[in-house]
Amino acid sequence: MSTVEAHVPGVFYRRPSPDAAPFIEAGSVVEAGQTIALIEIMKTFNEVKADKSCRVSKILLDDGDEVDVGQTMFEVDEP
Amino acid sequence: MNELIVRSGGLSTTVQDTGRDGQYAIGMPPSGAMDQYSFAVANALVGNPPGAAALEATYLGPELEFTDPRSVAVTGADCDVAINGEPAPTWAALRVSAGDVLSFGQVRGGARPYVAVGGGIDVPLYLGSRSTYLLTGIGGFHGRALAGGDRLPLGEPVGEAPVAGTEVPGELRAEFPDVTELRFVAGLCAYRLTERALASFVEVEWKVTKDADRVGYRLRGGSLEFVEREQPFGAGRDQANVVDLGYPVGSVQVPGGDEPIVLLNDAVTGGGYATIGTVISVDRDRMAQARTGGRVRFAPVDVETAVAARRERRVRLDKARAAVSAEQR
Repeated sequence: MSTVEAHVPGVFYRRPSPDAAPFIEAGSVVEAGQTIALIEIMKTFNEVKADKSCRVSKILLDDGDEVDVGQTMFEVDEP
Repeated sequence: MNELIVRSGGLSTTVQDTGRDGQYAIGMPPSGAMDQYSFAVANALVGNPPGAAALEATYLGPELEFTDPRSVAVTGADCDVAINGEPAPTWAALRVSAGDVLSFGQVRGGARPYVAVGGGIDVPLYLGSRSTYLLTGIGGFHGRALAGGDRLPLGEPVGEAPVAGTEVPGELRAEFPDVTELRFVAGLCAYRLTERALASFVEVEWKVTKDADRVGYRLRGGSLEFVEREQPFGAGRDQANVVDLGYPVGSVQVPGGDEPIVLLNDAVTGGGYATIGTVISVDRDRMAQARTGGRVRFAPVDVETAVAARRERRVRLDKARAAVSAEQR
């Protein structure tokens, strides 16, 4: 198991817009470079991308949660 | 003249100097480095004159490739820095060669790292300054934040740079307290708040929201009441409004009464919100390093205290300059 941490502080979102489906669900298998969340800061939305292919086992934050630098957002397993 | 190749711009990296002073009357905010102390020390570490343009990053620094031998220094926020993947110290004079790549890890403390390069970033002057003003897209590098593929012009280094390895002593580096204390001078419209609201403004521990950038910091944590009055002509109906006035840089306005906004270097220069006080210039350096989710408190001071604090900062800056130049010998 490894984790994905936030590189910037801000507000966490699981989906590209309020009425869109989430980027991923727990259990999703993602490719390296795939967008898995957004962090809103300074009026801009910054994409959180998977840095390797993996299976996201746990999503630790909900839409609108505040997140700080270094905070764990996802737990992932190698596929 | 040579260039600096931007491989990635980071979250929001801009060219900044001491600021575009003297243009406030035409509605032009000063812009310039938000943390003037860290900016000035970075320039001292590479042997630049005090006002040379440098880079101000936000949270995530840029990745920069050098095309000739240069002095370089990173100050400000506490973050990991590497040259060609090898860890390099911050608040220290570094030396790079053509092809070397400077990169950043995540910020541990503070919010804004500064990167000074020997010779300075040689973008054209606009109204006397090389600072970027993002809202209107003027100054700096084409009026915008850096992006991958940009090539930044560099100036010719003048004079001697401190030798590589020269470090700024720990006590002369920026600090990142859990709660940032911001001294402020009450005014111009503090009379619009009830006494209880003014007292609670300094008692409350405010939290920095995600809406915190070079224009201003929006805070959350308390609620402030205004003195009831019949609004004068031109002030609008909201009790948080006054007839228009100029906003000093650092002024605190309270739209709606519950979310104070501290206006900073890129803010609009006037409007009709009641401004209940002004954060003193020295503490705006500290505010620049307060980050989203961080906490701040306000402490009222008088103008004499603000001026004394500015004098102390100058002494501290002289000490830092002396410390890095002394080790040169």
